[in-house]
Parts: sequence; C-alpha cells; structure tokens
Amino acid sequence: MKSIVLLSLLGVTSMFAGVFNYRKLILPIILIGLAAAIGLLADQWGTNKVFFEMALFDNYAIAFSCLLISVAFLIFTLALYHYRNESDIVTDLYALFLFALTGGVLMTSFNNLVMLFLGIEILSIPLYVLAGSRRADLASNEAALKYFLMGAFATGFLLFGIALVYGASGTFDMAGIAAYVQNSKEIPDFFYIGIVLLIVALLFKVSAAPFHFWAPDVYQGSPVLVTTFMSTVVKIAAFAAFLRLFNYCFTPLSGYYDIILIAAAIATLLIGNITALYQQSVKRMLAYSGISHAGYLLIALVVMGASATSVVFFYSAAYAAASLIAFSVLTAVMENKEGRESFESFKGLAKNNPLLALCMSIAMLSLAGIPPLAGFFGKYFLFATAIKDGFLWLVFVAIFNSLVSLYYYLRVIVNMYTTSDEETPAFKPNYALVVMLLITVGVSLALGFYPDLLMGLL
Amino acid sequence: MDYTTIILLAIPLLSIPLLYLLPRAFAKHVALTSSLASAAFLLYVFYELFTICNCKTFQFTFNEVWVKSLGINFHLSMDGISMLMLLLTNLAVPLIILSSYNSPQGNTRGLFGLILLMQASLLGVFMAADSFLFYLFYELALVPVFFIILNWGGENKGRINLKFFIYTLAGSLLMLVAIIFLYLQTGDSATFNIRSFYTLSLTANQQGLVFWGFMLAFAVKIPLFPFHTWQPATYTVAPTQGTMLLSGLMLKMALYGIFRFVIPITPLAVEQWGSTIMVLAVIGVVYGAWIAIAQNNIKTLFAYSSLSHVGLIAAGMFTLTTQGLQGGLFQMVAHGFNAVGLFMVADILGRRLGTYELNKMGGIARQAPKFAILFFIILLGAVALPLTNGFVGEFLLLLGIFSYSKVMAGIAGLTIILGAVYMLNTYQKSMFGEANETTANFKDLTVTEMLVLVPIAAIILGAGIFPELFMKLTELPVETMLTKLSAGAVK
Repeated sequence: MKSIVLLSLLGVTSMFAGVFNYRKLILPIILIGLAAAIGLLADQWGTNKVFFEMALFDNYAIAFSCLLISVAFLIFTLALYHYRNESDIVTDLYALFLFALTGGVLMTSFNNLVMLFLGIEILSIPLYVLAGSRRADLASNEAALKYFLMGAFATGFLLFGIALVYGASGTFDMAGIAAYVQNSKEIPDFFYIGIVLLIVALLFKVSAAPFHFWAPDVYQGSPVLVTTFMSTVVKIAAFAAFLRLFNYCFTPLSGYYDIILIAAAIATLLIGNITALYQQSVKRMLAYSGISHAGYLLIALVVMGASATSVVFFYSAAYAAASLIAFSVLTAVMENKEGRESFESFKGLAKNNPLLALCMSIAMLSLAGIPPLAGFFGKYFLFATAIKDGFLWLVFVAIFNSLVSLYYYLRVIVNMYTTSDEETPAFKPNYALVVMLLITVGVSLALGFYPDLLMGLL
Repeated sequence: MDYTTIILLAIPLLSIPLLYLLPRAFAKHVALTSSLASAAFLLYVFYELFTICNCKTFQFTFNEVWVKSLGINFHLSMDGISMLMLLLTNLAVPLIILSSYNSPQGNTRGLFGLILLMQASLLGVFMAADSFLFYLFYELALVPVFFIILNWGGENKGRINLKFFIYTLAGSLLMLVAIIFLYLQTGDSATFNIRSFYTLSLTANQQGLVFWGFMLAFAVKIPLFPFHTWQPATYTVAPTQGTMLLSGLMLKMALYGIFRFVIPITPLAVEQWGSTIMVLAVIGVVYGAWIAIAQNNIKTLFAYSSLSHVGLIAAGMFTLTTQGLQGGLFQMVAHGFNAVGLFMVADILGRRLGTYELNKMGGIARQAPKFAILFFIILLGAVALPLTNGFVGEFLLLLGIFSYSKVMAGIAGLTIILGAVYMLNTYQKSMFGEANETTANFKDLTVTEMLVLVPIAAIILGAGIFPELFMKLTELPVETMLTKLSAGAVK
C-alpha cells in the first residue's frame, strides 16, 4: 500500500518538475523512488496484508508488483538514453508512465472487482495519452485514437461483466464471489455471461486473438519507449490480473470457459506467429511476437493452479528481459538509421557494433527459447506443466508455433551479421544504454543458469 | 564428489573469456593451448579409467542439484562409451583449430570462441547423466555452429542456415516432449536421471511415442534419409571449420543418443520399428553414394559421402548385435577423424585453387607429393581398406547387418564399392593427369597443415592396426546392454 502511495507521489513530483524547474533532477528522483517502492514491497513478503478489504498484498501481488516496478525502472533508464536530446514535455510523460505503473500495481493486488476496474483504468488512460505523445507524428496520433477507442470498448465489456457477476453473487469482493461459486446450488446463466464478458475484456487487454487487431498498429505508431512499456508492463499487469481473478474466483467453473481460453490461445499463437513472418518492420514484428507470447501465457491460464502462477511469473520475467533488450537495441538502431525500423536497417550491425549485435542475438534467442537462456526455461516450464495436466496436444501446437517464430527471430540475427553497403555512423557510447543492457542481458543469462532464482518463488 | 567432468567442461569454457582478455594476435594460440590442455587432461583420465578398467559402470560422477523446483540435477559421469566420444571430441578439436590457423577468416577471436563453446557443449552431451542436461547441451551445440556459418559461410548462407537451424530444432523439441514424458513416468522420484529411465516399465504404445520423439530428433541430425535435405547444402556453405564440426563431431551426438536413450529405454519399439529405421538408413547409404558419384564440387561430394557412411552406422546399431553396436561405436570415431581429414583436404584444395570443382583440378600429385600421400591415406580410410580404421568399423557393421538380414547387408555392402568408385575417381581427377593453369603452381603442404594431416593419417592407420584399444572401451557396456535387453525380452 505504501508503495502505491509512493508511486502516485512520484508521479505528482514528476508532473511539477516542469513548473518548479528541477527537470534535471527528476530522473534520479524517480529511479530512487522506484527502488524504494520495490524495497517497501519486498519488506511485506509473506505478511498477506489486506487494506480496507480492497487490496491484498499477498506474495503473488508482491512478486508481480516488484516485477512491474523493476521493468519500469529499466524503462526509465532507457528513457535517460532515448529522451536525452529532448527537454520540454518529457517530465509530463514520466508522470504518465508512473501513473500507469500505479494502475499496474493495483491490477496485481486487487481484492475487489472495483479495484480491478480502477486499476485497469488508471493503467489505460495515461497510456492513451502516451501513445499519442509524438504530437507531430500522424502515426502516433492514429495509434492514440485507435488505442483509446478499443480500450473504451474493452472497458465497456469489463464493466458489463462485473455488473453481471455482481448481479448474481451480490458482492464485488473476491472472497465473496469465490464463496458464492463454491456454495450456491444454482448459478444463473447471466453469471456465466458475465465471466465470458470478463474474459473478452481481459483478452483485449493482453492483446490476444481475436481481440488483438489494435495491437500492431498501436505498437508501431507509438514512440518506442511507450511501445516497450505497453508490451512489457501492460501485458504482464493484464496477465497478472487475469490469472488472479480467474484462479481465485472461477476455478470450479473452469469446465465452462476453458474451451474459450484454449481457442483464444491457439488462435493467438497462430495469428501472432504467422503474421509476424510477413513483417518488414522489426517493431511491428516485435508487436506480433508479443501477441504470440500472450498465446503461450494463455496456455498457462488454461492449466491454472499453483504451478500456473509460477509459470506465468517466470515466463513474464524472461519475456520482459528479452523484450527490453530488443526494444533498446531497436531504439539505438533507429536513431542511427534516421528512424528506419525495417529488417534491412539491422544489416551490418555486427560489424558496426558487435556488442549491440550480441545483445540483440541473446534477446532473440531467449525469445525463441534456446538454451541456456531465460526464455528456454520459461517455455520448458510451461510445456512441462501443460503435459502434466494432460494437454499434450496443446503443447504440440505450441511447439509448432515455436518453430515458426524461430524463423523471424533468426531473421533479425541473420540480418545483423550480413554486411551492408551503406555507410553508417558509429554508435555513440551511452552509459544509460550500457547499464540497461548489462542488467537485462545479465537477467536473461542468470535466469537461464539459475532458474531457481524466480522459479520457486511463488 | 569427483570434479574430473567439471574440469573437462571448464577448460574450453574458461578459455573463451581469456581469448578476449589477451590481445587479438594471441587468439589462435590461446585456443590451441586450451584444446591441447583438454586433450592432455582427457588422455590422463583415459589412462586412469583404463587402469581401473571398469568401463561398464559409470565413473567420475559429479552430481549436484541444479534446479530444485524442476528436479534437474547437474549430473555428469562417463562410461567407456562416453570416453570414446570424449576422445574423439578432444582429439579432433585441436586439429580443427590448427586447421584454421592460417585461414582467411578475419575476426579470429569470435571463430575460436565459438569452436570452444561447441567443444564444451559436445563434452556436455557425452557426459550428461541427466536427460535434461543432455537436451540442454544438445541444443546449445546448435548455437555456435549457427553463428560460425552465419559469419564465415559462403553464398546463400542466410537461407540455408535458417533451414538448418529450424529443421534440427524441430526434431529436438519432439525429443524434449519425450523427455518430459519420461520424467512424468518416474512418479514420486521425479528425476531426469537417464539410468532411472532404464528401469521404467512402459507399455508398447508409450514406448512407440517415446521412440519416435527421440528418433525424429536424431534422424534429422544424423541425418537419415528422408530427413537429410538440410545437410549437403549446409556442409557446402559452411566454412571448413563448421563442416568439420558438423560432420566430424556434431552428428555423433545423435548416434550417441540412440545408444544412450533409444535402445535401452524403448526396446519393444526398437523391435517394432528398428527395421523401418534400418531400411531408411540403407536407402540413405546407397542414395548418398550414388549422388556422390555425380558430384563435381568436392565439398558437396564429401557431404554426400558422409551421408552414406553414417547411414551404415545407424543401420548397424539397430541390428542390436554385438558386432553392429561395437562396429557402430568404432566407426563413429573413425568417421569423425576421416571427415575432419577429408574436409581439411577439400579446404586446402579450395583455398589454393580458388575453386572446389573437380574438373578444374588435375596434376597436383606431381606438384605436391606430401599432400598426395596424406590425402591418399585419408582416402583409404574412407573407402575402408584393410588396415585402416574405416575397415574395422564398416566390416563389423556389415557383419552385424548380415546376421540381421542378408539382403540388407548386400545392398549396404554396395557402399564399399560405390565409395571406392567416387573416392578413387575424385583422387584421380584431382591428383593425376596433366596440370592446368590453376594447378600449375600448387604449393605443397605447409608445416601447420602437416601438423593437422599427419596425426589424422596416424590415427587412421593406428586404429586400423590396433583396434583392440578402442574396442575394449565399448566391449563391456555393449555386452551389459545386450544382456539386459535379452533378459527383458525373455521376461
């Protein structure tokens, strides 16, 4: 709870940085604040504190919140690099990021459907603005509008779903709903409809098929930093909320809605991967790859149970680390190549800057699930859990998709190690970028060598 | 706790940072020193194992919990069969490194680092006693080769490399499913230990699934007909070091895997499907040889010849006879050295002449007698002439196949005749005849090249004349396995 307050205060501090002229100081303040927030959360490990029946900070919430805040921490490090030549509106953007992050933390710790709704909205509204933050850019404007319209739609579904669930059970409280599901003899049909609507809304938020179509356009149109935030923090928060809600309240009814999740998982995997094959822009490819990873995580949701939380947590961490590397290298390459983001613009990177190419290779191999990187254990853990629960055929679908995804991940690597005809200026070393890459590559390797670091946590 | 296996694994791995810490000019020397150190240490271990001479049981075991929540142990150990494969790896890698001493590849640090990483993953595969670890190293070995081809490959390397990587990974993922399946069958003990898989009682259907999970992975990597389509192109496009690693060492992982997993864990399925695999393997034997005859590019020719030879090994192993298994293991090593030698020869020709095409060569023997002699010895090993290592292996293999099916032995025996046809043809076209403009100034071997080819020639003759030394390593494990299998069949 203290961490939520701290995050909001950080956001407010950042908002006034422009007025009171301490812009230069704001990033260090934010970074220290985020580290403090992680500390405050970690301090409550194992205490299961409940706040006004509204938020419950159990280990699940703390672990996911810490993950979200750490990812945000790294994104702010990247911001140090990305926005180093801009001055005016940057602090406002930081404030928006922080508010969105606060929403994310609420989404992992809610104990009441109202808090879930508030969390999602607090997360989404700043993002609508952030997506359009490159005001002069038409694509950015388009992304913002699209994201807003789609998001509003999803919110409608969510509220309708919550209302129906409330109508049947008479409570917004998670424990109350769980008790209702377990004890009542007859559950009215509209309760099931409510569950389906909740699924639809959450599928929207995690950008799973068939509600994924906003994601590629929005990801491509938004500034890179915002895209990074959306494909990591937002996705993880949405999955954390999804898992928390369904694992806690609706598990006894899983027979009724599993089929929807399975269909969504398969569709997401296929659409995400196969469309990614045809992309010419790396940024857009990463968007589709993000969609396909949502598909893998949906398999974990189908499996559910205690092991599923571990799977989702580990997978998210591995995915976030690799995505952060990929997006930061993409940022660097785009700056070097006048904003071009095609596969061709990666040509010659290995000659120009072998270390960046190495980092990107590690990211791609981790996303593709090659040992001994974090992504491999994420996938392995997922497959093993699914096979254990009797979903062998679903694993075969996932394996087929892993192979498809291999093509477009390796394509990036192949391009980097192909020589390019054009002259490119050398990269200027930047400490923020180096630190960020060191941490994320370190995490990707460490989780590959010592998966127990996070595996046994939940 | 015994740290022998860890030291073996650590020598190449710790040398990689050393490559980057020392000045660029030292890179190749560091790599060579490291690989020689590995070889020397292994020979010492080999001596120790031999004095104990209990090659049946597993020695030098290192077992530590690695990932507790998933039941994965860092469990390494070795028996005679592992030792044989380790010897192949650690003796071949110095030769491969030496062969690239004067190669045109620019960024030598990267190349040598990747070769050493490859060596470590191969050693890991051959020492793994935990099936998860086996899988991990098996896939890890793919990464260095991918980057070697990507950085230093020839034309169309991007496309061919992608096909190679995706194709082989497709197989490995099925193997992963089979391993997870076996792991879940161990019940409460929840272990990946390979030897606890041996005692599982699986139904015939379950064995069939596990069998194909493993076999598809191995069939792609060996490669068996019709999963071989990635191979000739990849061997041709890869730089020589890459081809040597691929054909000399990497495909042995799959053959070794058949011995470690497929035969002991799924005997019923081997009984049911073994003949299918043998038919495929024999088709590959004839097919590879037949296409090799028509090749003009010497590298592609050797690639197809390799396809033909490894097909014979696979066929022999599935006979489940002492000769077949022993011969298979022996021939794995023999083929490893022969392949390294042949591709070294191809590299020397290609580098001096600027072409791999046979019809542009000729008359080299007169210009370079040393080269001609060494090439001839390696070639004799490849066509399995008596008193060479190839003869011992292929003779035993054919003997095994003969006791299994006379028809198959007859067809597989063609490999010797066809092999003689294309190999002697190659030799004649390249070495004899009139020298032309390209070959007129062919320089004889340099000292480094001699240092690669002479040991290979010595091994070819040595192992051909004194095969017992190697046979002794594999004798006991093979026998134990066969008695276990027949006991199981009776039950």
